Amino acid sequence: MVRVEHRKKSLITIPENVEDTLELLSSGDYVSDRSLSTAVYLSLKLGRPLFLEGEAGVGKTEIAKVLAETLGRRLVRLQCYEGLDVASAVYEWNYSAQMIEIRMAEAEGIGDRDRLGDDIFSDKFLIHRPLLQALDPSADGPPVLLIDELDRTDEAFEAYLLEVLSDFQITIPEIGTVRAEEPPIVIITSNRTREIHDALKRRCFYYWVDYPDAERELEILSLKAPQADARLSRQVVDFVQRLRAVDLFKVPGIAETIDWASALHQLDIIELTPEAIDDTLGVLLKYQDDIAKIRGSEAAKILDEIKSEVALAQAAT
Amino acid sequence: MLDDLAVADDTGPGKIANNIMHFARVLRMAGLPVGPGKVIEGIRAVETVGLDNRDDFYWALHAVFVNRRDQREIFDQAFHIFWRNPKLLERMASLVLPSFVDPDAQQNAEEMNRRLAEALKQDQVEMPGEGEGGQDEEDPEITIDAVMTFSANELLQKTDFEKMSSEELEAAKRAIARMRLPIMEVPIRRFRRDARGRRIDMRATLRAALRGGGATIPLQYRKRQRRHPPLVVLCDISGSMSRYSRMILHFMHAVTNDRDRVHTFLFGTRLTNVTRQLRYKDVDEALDKVAEAVDDWSGGTRIGHALHDFNTDWSRRVLGQGAVVLLITDGLDRDAADGLDKEIERLHMSSRRLIWLNPLLRYERYEPKSLGARAMLPHTDEFRSIHNLESLEQLAEALSRADGHGTFQSNSWQEAAQ
Repeated sequence: MVRVEHRKKSLITIPENVEDTLELLSSGDYVSDRSLSTAVYLSLKLGRPLFLEGEAGVGKTEIAKVLAETLGRRLVRLQCYEGLDVASAVYEWNYSAQMIEIRMAEAEGIGDRDRLGDDIFSDKFLIHRPLLQALDPSADGPPVLLIDELDRTDEAFEAYLLEVLSDFQITIPEIGTVRAEEPPIVIITSNRTREIHDALKRRCFYYWVDYPDAERELEILSLKAPQADARLSRQVVDFVQRLRAVDLFKVPGIAETIDWASALHQLDIIELTPEAIDDTLGVLLKYQDDIAKIRGSEAAKILDEIKSEVALAQAAT
Repeated sequence: MLDDLAVADDTGPGKIANNIMHFARVLRMAGLPVGPGKVIEGIRAVETVGLDNRDDFYWALHAVFVNRRDQREIFDQAFHIFWRNPKLLERMASLVLPSFVDPDAQQNAEEMNRRLAEALKQDQVEMPGEGEGGQDEEDPEITIDAVMTFSANELLQKTDFEKMSSEELEAAKRAIARMRLPIMEVPIRRFRRDARGRRIDMRATLRAALRGGGATIPLQYRKRQRRHPPLVVLCDISGSMSRYSRMILHFMHAVTNDRDRVHTFLFGTRLTNVTRQLRYKDVDEALDKVAEAVDDWSGGTRIGHALHDFNTDWSRRVLGQGAVVLLITDGLDRDAADGLDKEIERLHMSSRRLIWLNPLLRYERYEPKSLGARAMLPHTDEFRSIHNLESLEQLAEALSRADGHGTFQSNSWQEAAQ
């Protein structure tokens, strides 16, 4: 395997105050507000994990990605699921290589069991999974570790994380304790499908990521779906904002807004009409009950409200 | 910001740390889990962001002290009151604390002491071999005693909760406290070493091979672990259910403290999550907390409304891992089953098994005629009675069957009434 030489990058330092953090995030096309920037800044400065909670599709995962990109760090992502265990989250031994090693030793007639044991359980045969990767030294500085949707794992794994997140060390029985020279930047996200234990939250800075207001959402849309017409974007945002006030099983997140604007653009629609909404509602709403509720008269009603509001605003100016 | 701090800071510079500590104490009094570690962290956080900007100050403390979404409101109010004039709150706290909280706490302590004393006394009475009489003399007496308790138990088993005397109720409560709920177990994605497993445990195999010097490789096996799915209880506490729901609460308390992953909700006209309250080990303390949390005891029932709230706010959070749902209600709905069919359908679809427990089933001629009952029947996997100890025990038995699907078909409600 040919190894590509890493280009020597100048280490991007972490921001020195809240303003810089705000700027850093916006340089990565992330529209943040001051409260979120404060939480991010604290977590970067004090080396504590940042715990982000919020509904699906409000941009929690995105923060980790943007931080990795703008700080020039490696992004290590651990996607959680029920039954996640040490072998797939932390480390695993390369069994086939170990077997071959044993056979080779056997063929060469090496009978020294202790030496063979030491040899087999060495770093050479260790497969680093995300958590261990995050502790590995890196030329670009410590990586960004994203522990995504922590609420999907079981309590056992959560408890395991306690040691990792407070001391940034992992104990491998065969080798010993691996400790990070510099702690990684840790972002933990949760969709609140279940409550995370207080013991874990206590080790983190907490932030609830909410749906953005209309202005911020429009700003996000102009960055993430720039091809869409400005007037259409405005209508899309107004429509989605109003939809979030309706009693739905799952209200659309920012991700859905972006998808919808892009979809409408792809269909060459430059202005919202009741028909256009009905045809593309599946991009926005993901439950049949919700679609049935909005499709038709309800959508038309919301659309009318938006249009009359815009007309009023124009008349005023 | 600086002006405000000047007020908070009237005893000279360097007192900001002190004020943060007092602020933390206010939050603690308001019910937020703020320990000493958090205070230190809060001070560090404020040092880090500086004092130039009121918003930064606010959000720095917010990031440290707030742990859950529902704490934001409390934090916000406390922040705005406290940082205007911390001395005021301090004084108020010192005034309020001794006069209000203390006597209450004392009374509680007294009650606890009394019960503790009673418990100890009982232990002494039951201690065998205390008297001077020989073993031979005592033996027959014990046997008779056992028979009597057995027959008393037998009677207790079949008595309707509604018709029990207070003494019998006490006995029933004690029986319930001993009850366990063995829910069936389902395989999960984790593995455990097991000689009878079918998958090879490579890690163990390699270790075993090394032990033998690598000459042979004795295969080791592993098997999927099993655990019970979460249990979610939705219990009706409206007027028609009041006698039963109290007994059922005792039952739920026993179950909650027996295992993890039990979520309990009460509903009458609105839905209340009482999972945390039921976690108190002492049953009286737990039920007191429940009573505090619930406003709509013995009122009307709005089943559809309650289920709607459950579906939107909680179902994704508590039904995530294939939960078994116990719905305890008599199906008498004030809203005439408005919107109920849709909500119960969604609940049914998102749970592993939906078991409807209905105390009215004890009447032989009961027929699910009410609109609510008719809307719910097609969407229940099992339909059972819950009106005496025996039925609770049968429930425990039914839940432990792994293949318990549709043991009682929804149309065979008359058999279930037996």
